[in-house]
Amino acid sequence: MLWCALLSMPFMGIKGGAYLFVGLCVTYSVFILLTHTFGKIRKPVIPANTTLLTVLLIIPAVAFPLLAGDYYTDVAVLAGIYIILALGVNVVIGFSGLLHLGFAAFYGLGAYSNALLTTVFGLGFWSALPLTLVLTSIAGFLLAFPALRLRGDYLAIVTLGFGEIIRLVLNNWDSVTRGPNGISNIPAPFIAGFELGGLIFYYYLVSGFVFIAAFVVKRVHRSRTGRAWLAIREDETAAEAMGINTRKYKFMALSFGAFWAGLAGALFASKMHFVSPESFTFMESVFIVCMIILGGIASVPGVIFGSLILVFLPEVLREFQLYRMLALGAGLVLMMIFRPEGLVKKGYKHDS
Amino acid sequence: MFLQQIINGLTVGGVYALIALGYTMVYGILELINFAHGEIYMIGAYLGIIFLGIFTTAGLTQYSLPLSLFLTVVLSVLFCSAYGFTVEKLAYKPLRNAPRLNPLISAIGVSIFLQNYVMLTQGATDKVFPHVLPVTTIEFSGITMTSLQIIIIVVSLLLMAGLHLFIMKTRTGKAMRAVAQDKVMASLLGIDIDRIISVTFIIGSGLAAVAGLMVAMYYGLVNYSIGYIAGIKAFTAAVLGGIGSVPGAMIGGFVLGLIESLGAGYLSSEYKDAYAFIVLILILMVKPTGLLGKSEGHKP
Repeated sequence: MLWCALLSMPFMGIKGGAYLFVGLCVTYSVFILLTHTFGKIRKPVIPANTTLLTVLLIIPAVAFPLLAGDYYTDVAVLAGIYIILALGVNVVIGFSGLLHLGFAAFYGLGAYSNALLTTVFGLGFWSALPLTLVLTSIAGFLLAFPALRLRGDYLAIVTLGFGEIIRLVLNNWDSVTRGPNGISNIPAPFIAGFELGGLIFYYYLVSGFVFIAAFVVKRVHRSRTGRAWLAIREDETAAEAMGINTRKYKFMALSFGAFWAGLAGALFASKMHFVSPESFTFMESVFIVCMIILGGIASVPGVIFGSLILVFLPEVLREFQLYRMLALGAGLVLMMIFRPEGLVKKGYKHDS
Repeated sequence: MFLQQIINGLTVGGVYALIALGYTMVYGILELINFAHGEIYMIGAYLGIIFLGIFTTAGLTQYSLPLSLFLTVVLSVLFCSAYGFTVEKLAYKPLRNAPRLNPLISAIGVSIFLQNYVMLTQGATDKVFPHVLPVTTIEFSGITMTSLQIIIIVVSLLLMAGLHLFIMKTRTGKAMRAVAQDKVMASLLGIDIDRIISVTFIIGSGLAAVAGLMVAMYYGLVNYSIGYIAGIKAFTAAVLGGIGSVPGAMIGGFVLGLIESLGAGYLSSEYKDAYAFIVLILILMVKPTGLLGKSEGHKP
């Protein structure tokens, strides 16, 4: 602790370092005291009986926008978009074990294709949506070509590079994407001639998609394809030896993940009515990965839980806004050391 | 024009190579992408500014410039190495036997933490590096070169040569190579693995500190977010050369610097950051282990 305080002195000054030292000592002794009085800290295990949980969650989810104010409904819409995105990442990282660090690129592609199709080509949200989804899935498919030959960390850096390339293209291809200014005036979706501009409509629209996404991802997880992905994650060589076509399933994982990212992007674009490259940086990719790690990797309820926490917590703790990224970083490290399986314990064990 | 871009490329490449060495050494031993390494480099740049600032207010800079510069370098390297050492002890060591993904996430966490820590303590605005070093410009048949560029190229080459000698000739270097090859075997032969890993982090962080200092002098501006892009580029350089291979990282760094400055000079500077990644993806498609990497098959 003295060591940490000494290290921080050039940055915080001598006084700051001393305060840090005292603070660390107090935190540490409180921690020791607590562990001594309460014995070993019991790890909270959140029950993962999903059917019951889903039924229980539907009621508050439906009532939420009527009870909470506009502000929290707005946050909830954003959380829903992130849940879809995180479910997509979960397919690639959680199920198939392909460390994908450029996911924001697909999110961005989805948002931009929706934006361009609706503003430039004049399509409605519903006719643009299938095209967007096809486009992003194809992009995921294309990325799979270089990615297939690589394992582990090489894959991580290639996806990262891919993400950066997409962002730079969005940022610099002024004639199409309008560069850093972004695209504005993206129309809202219409249903039977009514514009669904209101916040509550978005809430129900996004929640609907969240339920579809969660359901589909869960079903696919338990299908033959899902089991093949798990096998690839656990041991690629062994999976191949068991007759699993690893090429095919990796292609499927990357396209399937990109599909959900495209959906999330399209929803984001039509909700915000505005897209710009700033929303799709590497930090965004990291943020999504954090969600699935926090909640519990490869577990659908865990992923939903993690996304909700990471979107709502910063909003609730708005006064400490400056420190939230600091806490996120420290939280990730602590999480990995003390509870690597995530808050919702299930993760790696297959449940069939 | 061509030669001018080569010089610029070598300057940037030297810096990339120095940072890439830290990545590749850690990867060679722990098989971990140390995402926090870019932040260590950024901390090095900040430390340079802070210490030089302290010396200037204390009057040492006016009294003897070389002495204060020397002290700045030494202190920055020491502190940076201490940061690297601490990060490893706190965030990676408890995860030594965890699945591969976990230390990686932990590294990303450290990176976010350090970035915001510097932002909170030093402010989010650009910091200006004090102009203390006299910069002379050399013109030679149409090419302009500043003394700083020469210093950067020479210092990075010297450090690389030093590192190479260290790894090849000393006892610790030999132990490092042994640990990189087979950790269990090395520990059976009486090598203290933890010590070697610490040494690796200390050396890597020290090199990153020097890179950070030189960049701070070269561009004159430092921001808390420079670590991220430099880290990614340097990691690209390490992968380009074949990650885990020390000479590979050196070559990869220079190649990357050259690609970038030639691409920016002849094609379009807007996409400067993208060239590195495009070349990386192309090279990995043809040769998945990088330029100098050995194909090791699938490690159990």
